[in-house]
Amino acid sequence: MENSASSEAFVRFEGVQKSYDGKVLVVKDLNIDVPRGEFLTMLGPSGSGKTTSLMMLAGFETATHGNIYLDGRSINNVAPHKRGIGMVFQNYALFPHMTVAENLAFPLKVRNMGKSEIETRVKRALDMVELGSFGDRRPAQLSGGQQQRVAVARALVFEPDLILMDEPLGALDKNLREQMQYEIKHIHERLGVTVVYVTHDQSEALTMSNRIAVFNDGIIQQLAPPTELYEKPTNSFVAQFIGENNKLSGTLQSTQDGICTVRLPTGELVTALDINTDDIGKESTLSLRPERVFLDPVEGQCDNVFTGKVEEVIYLGDHKRVRMNVCGHDEFIVKVPNSTDNKGLQVGGTAPIGWSSKDCRALDPI
Amino acid sequence: MMANTVEAKGQLTPDEQKRLTADMHRSLRRKKIRALLLVAPLLIFILVTFVSPIATMLFRSIDNPQVSEYMPNTTAALARWDADSNELPDEATYAALVTDLKVGRENHTIGKAATRLNYEKSQMRSLLTGTARKAGRLEPPFKEQLIKINDGWGDIDNWRVIKRESSPYTASYYIAAFDMETTPAGEIRMLPEQQRVYLQMLWRTVWMSLLITALTLLLGYPVSYLLASLPMGIANTLMILVLLPFWTSLLVRTSSWIAMLQGQGVINDILVWFGLVSDDNRLSMIYNATGTVITMTHILLPFMILPLYSVMKTIPPSYMRAARSLGATPFTAFVKVYLPQSVPGISAGAILVFILAIGYYITPALVGGQTGQFIGNMIAYHMQSSLNWGLAAALGVVLLALVLGIYALYSRLLGSNNQMSLR
Amino acid sequence: MKKFSKLSSVLALGAAACMSSAIAAESLTVVSWGGAYTKSQREAYSNPFTAKTGIEIVDSDKSGNGLAGLRAQVEAGNVTWDVLDILEGDAILACDEGIAQQLDYEKDLNPGADGTPVMEDFVEGSLSGCYVPTIVYATLFSFNNNAFPGEKPSTIADVFDIKKFPGKRALEKKPDANLEWALAADGVPYDKVYEVLATPEGVERAFAKLNTIKDSIIWWDAGAQPPQLLADGEVAIASAYNGRIFNAQVVENQPFTIIWDGQVYELDGYIIPKGAPNKQAAMDYLRFATDTQRLADQTKYISYGPARKSSAPLVSTHLETGVEMAPHMPTNPENFKTPIKKNAEFWADNGDELRQRFNAWLVQ
Repeated sequence: MENSASSEAFVRFEGVQKSYDGKVLVVKDLNIDVPRGEFLTMLGPSGSGKTTSLMMLAGFETATHGNIYLDGRSINNVAPHKRGIGMVFQNYALFPHMTVAENLAFPLKVRNMGKSEIETRVKRALDMVELGSFGDRRPAQLSGGQQQRVAVARALVFEPDLILMDEPLGALDKNLREQMQYEIKHIHERLGVTVVYVTHDQSEALTMSNRIAVFNDGIIQQLAPPTELYEKPTNSFVAQFIGENNKLSGTLQSTQDGICTVRLPTGELVTALDINTDDIGKESTLSLRPERVFLDPVEGQCDNVFTGKVEEVIYLGDHKRVRMNVCGHDEFIVKVPNSTDNKGLQVGGTAPIGWSSKDCRALDPI
Repeated sequence: MMANTVEAKGQLTPDEQKRLTADMHRSLRRKKIRALLLVAPLLIFILVTFVSPIATMLFRSIDNPQVSEYMPNTTAALARWDADSNELPDEATYAALVTDLKVGRENHTIGKAATRLNYEKSQMRSLLTGTARKAGRLEPPFKEQLIKINDGWGDIDNWRVIKRESSPYTASYYIAAFDMETTPAGEIRMLPEQQRVYLQMLWRTVWMSLLITALTLLLGYPVSYLLASLPMGIANTLMILVLLPFWTSLLVRTSSWIAMLQGQGVINDILVWFGLVSDDNRLSMIYNATGTVITMTHILLPFMILPLYSVMKTIPPSYMRAARSLGATPFTAFVKVYLPQSVPGISAGAILVFILAIGYYITPALVGGQTGQFIGNMIAYHMQSSLNWGLAAALGVVLLALVLGIYALYSRLLGSNNQMSLR
Repeated sequence: MKKFSKLSSVLALGAAACMSSAIAAESLTVVSWGGAYTKSQREAYSNPFTAKTGIEIVDSDKSGNGLAGLRAQVEAGNVTWDVLDILEGDAILACDEGIAQQLDYEKDLNPGADGTPVMEDFVEGSLSGCYVPTIVYATLFSFNNNAFPGEKPSTIADVFDIKKFPGKRALEKKPDANLEWALAADGVPYDKVYEVLATPEGVERAFAKLNTIKDSIIWWDAGAQPPQLLADGEVAIASAYNGRIFNAQVVENQPFTIIWDGQVYELDGYIIPKGAPNKQAAMDYLRFATDTQRLADQTKYISYGPARKSSAPLVSTHLETGVEMAPHMPTNPENFKTPIKKNAEFWADNGDELRQRFNAWLVQ
């Protein structure tokens, strides 16, 4: 499924722009192809344009410019209720004056489906989300997680080919949220529907998605599967936004065969993968994951070796987070596995640290 | 200390339970007293300005002290008289009457009894006051002389009225309020058609109030919807326009409607100007029911818009979107999803406007002419002009009972629905 | 029980009662009808009285509900009015009910300026125990000249003739005077209207006559309304108090004409409420305000006739416009040929029933 991006797109944004006031573009030149059956997440901070993009797809906002295609058909002028897209809202939007069963029956009734057919489908949908006996309750009588499941079931009950989810887990507490992530993921895998999912929570995105589109400032910064996004961010925003990241700023010294050298303000030279840099002599920001930094590196293990001064040690059970001052940068984080070897870490002490240039990526300056 | 230690199982002995309950009560008592003190000023205010006037009104509608208090001897004497006997009371009763009239004339109290009796039967006032003026000169035996002074004293029906109204409590105000009368023989029957007022008035008040409520809903719903769906800033500005009528006095607003609607008024002038209406045939839009309905609809509109708006404001736009995304047309989404959720606003606004409307009287008095008067105008009339406060109180009680009845009906029909919609 | 009803009346009517008890004894609260009428009283009675005695007069425009207000105050045991301007009929009721001060006329009032004794100087039969009349005023019809370019109405019968004199009529929203006029228009001799009205057939006849113009009637409640309705062209003919029409004619130059035929005249005057807070000052005011000169002076401001015979020769001109007042007086012989004297006693006796009937008729 990871490779299905090349097959024919089920949802396609083509040069889509959106402005509310005619002055500022909230979405700038959006282009995405979503193949059938994919779970695509739009991830980004608030105000990045992800929800607006989703609303344009749902039909509640009109694109100022560009085209949106669904199954090869332009839907710019199709009313929301004719698009046949299921949607799960942030606060579920379950109709409070209807029972759970009536909520589920609603999309079927407006499609003039027969009574027995409706009953069968509602029952099947309730069973799917394991709420078979809750049909007569009202939404207010359900817990948050149960309401969430009803909302998902309602979006699915009329068997749409595309489901949109707008931060559907935002109102749940942490444990429930993680549990629901798996449930939604499993439903997606079982039914094979296409899902476009909006969230600002990166772990949610990493857990569930086939691909993630990272939004910032109205532009997709990177569109890639979760592993690639984490391991191989192509710009500093993505590196910073997804997971924990050490960043070191310097000037580009030289570059050759995809390997470059960056000089830090304190004079040290760091070798890194040249991913997204400007000309020689210009600023660049290095990105390095904390778990790829080694304390007391074995000779030849790392081609970048420096000395760090321990500023703070936080005990986290299975590992320790060590904040160090490295090359004049005192927010440098190193994750150290909890083993008997490294009990000697003392605040104020120093230790040699190192990392491989394969794990360090030279990106655009922040 | 020891008593408060709890066993590992968490179960208390009966003694400990008792102590715990007492402790709890003690700790709550301060809170209760505090709450009571906070509420006390309002409670006293309501008792003085709301409960006691209503109690007074209830009492006044049956209170009937005038005859028994100011004609005590006659009252006592008539107690022995059989009203169905078809015979005039005995000489002792006439003597008691003369005593009462003499005392009443000296103290100037006989007029009160006379006024009271005149409500029941015309001429009773002058019968009493006229006779009282001459009573000082009378010597026994009185019966013949009194009948000679005024043959009303030979009319057995007058005596029956006096006997009936000598009871300290009376239902006669209610009888009058329902367009009925008590015949001298003691029978209660409807008044002749051409003398019936209040039932028609009451019915008209109810249906015109319903009409006004319906119109405010019709006009107010779209406005509230617009206000609730606009951004806060614009909505607040528009809300000021809605509330603007509150800033001008009721009289000013009513008077400006007179200028608008009257025969030579702005609207008629415009219609004539455009040739839609001929000059001799101007529309009568004021000093009739139409005028009352138009003016009151305008005046009461904010009372519909405010509750509607406050309820609509709490309906998230995502409900409509959810409905649309599930395949409902805008119309279906509105009817099936939005409308039911705005029902609490509709019912709150409707009951508010209706109850306000049903008690209105200034506006109907000014623009209602003869066909646009409300029952409130009759109450005001009896309070201020005819001075028949007992009847005014009885009509007030009837109106109050009507409002309570309608409210009970409302909460029975819509109450459960409201609860379900409120989360 | 008495205590309860007293207390509850205080509560119920507390809002209605004005709180003038706070005003020092150097002032008197005189309750009257407001507008031009109160102004005429202030000019003719109150200002000279203040100049003479130093006692300030506080005007209160509550006479519209005078008897009701007085009853409420007496019942609540908190009388705040010193002098009350009231119609004769209501004054009789107030006196009967013992809520007005009994007067000893010869002692309490000044004789006429020409020496006429008090009892002979005032309108006959008007000094009934508590009441001192000050003016004779008339409720009568008048019309806007513009409404009738050709022949103009001149009798009560004309007013009820919608065919001959088309246009809306404005009538006061009560049966008083209207029923008298209905009978008069129907051919009953003016001095017999109360005799006829006392019979059930007479009542039927009066309402039947009113019915013939019911659809053309606009009802008014306040004295200021009919001149306005006439001026706006809302109605062609209106019943009104003669002073109001005089004011519109002379001061505002409105093209109104009065139909003196069938004018229903009655008395308006003073009573002192029982328990008035400043009784002695009120009695002084009563004596001063009702003397021959003061009553004559009032005609400089308003066209109501003085209730004392001795005042008649002293009537002069309208102060503001210089108009000769005599021709505008309801009591002027020229205007007084075919009047109807309002029978206050009749209305006190039959008012309850007739008003009920009138209200019922309005609803139908």
